[in-house]
Amino acid sequence: MRDVLLILVPLVAAFALLPFVYSNHLLLFNFIIFIVLAQGVNVIYGFTGYLPFGYVGFFGAGAYGFSLMVLHLQAPPLLAIVVGAAAALALALVLTPLFRLSGAYFSIANLAASLAVLQVVANPNLENYTRGPYGISLSGIFNPPLAYATAVAILAMTLFAVIFLRNSKFGLALQAIREDAISASMAGINVVRERVIAWLLSALIAGLAGSVFAWYASVFYPETVFSGEFTIFAIVFALFGGTATLVGPILGVIILYGIYNAVGISTPQYFQLIYGALIIGLVLFLPNGLVSLLRRWGIDVP
Amino acid sequence: MLTYTLLAGLLFGLYFTLIGLGLNLVFGVMRIVNLAHGDFLMLGAFLAFWLFSLFAINPIPTIPIAFLVFLLLGFPLYYLLVPRLLRAKDPEMLSFILFFGLSQVIQALATILWGTSERSIPGGQLGRAIAAILSFVTGRTIENGPIEILGQSFPAAWVASGIASGIGVLLVYWYLYRTKLGYLTRAVMVSRDEAVASGIDVDRISAIAFGFGLGLAAVAGVFAPFLLGSITPAMGAEVTITSFAVIVIGSLGNPLGTLLGGLVYGISYMFMQSYYSSWANLLPYLLLIAVLLLRPNGLLGRQARRA
Repeated sequence: MRDVLLILVPLVAAFALLPFVYSNHLLLFNFIIFIVLAQGVNVIYGFTGYLPFGYVGFFGAGAYGFSLMVLHLQAPPLLAIVVGAAAALALALVLTPLFRLSGAYFSIANLAASLAVLQVVANPNLENYTRGPYGISLSGIFNPPLAYATAVAILAMTLFAVIFLRNSKFGLALQAIREDAISASMAGINVVRERVIAWLLSALIAGLAGSVFAWYASVFYPETVFSGEFTIFAIVFALFGGTATLVGPILGVIILYGIYNAVGISTPQYFQLIYGALIIGLVLFLPNGLVSLLRRWGIDVP
Repeated sequence: MLTYTLLAGLLFGLYFTLIGLGLNLVFGVMRIVNLAHGDFLMLGAFLAFWLFSLFAINPIPTIPIAFLVFLLLGFPLYYLLVPRLLRAKDPEMLSFILFFGLSQVIQALATILWGTSERSIPGGQLGRAIAAILSFVTGRTIENGPIEILGQSFPAAWVASGIASGIGVLLVYWYLYRTKLGYLTRAVMVSRDEAVASGIDVDRISAIAFGFGLGLAAVAGVFAPFLLGSITPAMGAEVTITSFAVIVIGSLGNPLGTLLGGLVYGISYMFMQSYYSSWANLLPYLLLIAVLLLRPNGLLGRQARRA
């Protein structure tokens, strides 16, 4: 409850009010998307230890589920968002057998799955259904203010889900599984069910983000919404701040994505260099993220 | 058509084996995932390109140069990154992120140094060297041009890459199964802890294996301009995925499996190219997922991989 008041409400209020004083709405929107995605990675990696290297697959599935509803059935955007989220959930359900794999194998298979979905969506043979590699244009429903407001609502829902995970028996069970799956199942936790629920929740978050991204952007190519950068950025932001915490991923996005926008746009290769070096340093010297540094200094953060 | 597809698949399969071998060696010995593998291959390709265009050195003599340079590069890199990583709580997962960072650094430096334009080496260069070697060996004059095998003609560069990859694979097996160092390397692969307990200098063995991994990637890079198309600083990521597909099909950590994985991958790739070209790009991913789910230990695997 304290987390809701101290973190969720101020952050959501800030993103709801900033557009009135700051004119670069696209930048604010991207910040929201990345906080949502970093928290989505946090749900699955932070709480279960499975690193989803193909996380963008759910984001792309959401974007395409949304767009195809609008294109083929002229659905209203809010209904289409539900369908986009359902598409991401369906993909996650199809991929649940991947949980039979452990560690690196899961990550590689997940990456392969997301690339396979991209290859199918972008295939010229399916042009009549997905527009193939030529991309999607949704000019008919273009409405940035409403899409932005929806994104803020999704942000609030995502943060609420993470707060719930941190303070509930379910979240505790997940962390027990992450530390030692066999002991957890001995203690009466249904390992498979809890993991799958966390996986679906994580996919749902990415699907919602993808849908609202498609709505806000309106024009995009398959490579845009299936770009591996979304996965990498989300993972690095979450790790940089610290996983299995609430503020870690938020801090990660605000600091790193802030730097990205300060230097990355004009000279991408220099940003890439700094970024890569930062990641190496992070893994070697601060594997538990910024939050662990704060905790070492005696500042307790949720 | 069928013979051609099979033979071309075989040549590419040998090459894909060479690509996957270094990655598998590193994973087998250190249980870490070198996500920058494709970027070392890219550096090898650029080494071949610059040696050729600045000093007119043929790609064939570049092979040992590339191997040595990257072998030596591997030692400091190992001691800089890996021991610290292995002390962490979950090295396998963290290695993903660490080597992604390294891959970004390499790509950025390559882009800053050489720009993003596409480069290539004329395919005839490799053929000329092969023709010269063949003439020398057989004592007859052999013309530079396409090479005929079983009535099918292939670009000389493909045949040369296939043969050289085959030799490289044989050398790795010779190292692993016929030398003392290889024996120790296999001991570390089976159990790192027991290797430490039996007095093996695990760090030294791992550093050598890491250097070999980079060296093999660089050698594969020398052939990249002929088999993978033109080279750019950003080519690494795709190569990394391909090599993952190859070694996972074979089974992670088992070098013999890599050969099987490479051949399966190469031949099925060629079949897709010949018969369903627009879906060929989907193949590595589907093959990867299918093998992981049906035979989680790879086609030749032994250890359990289940969660």
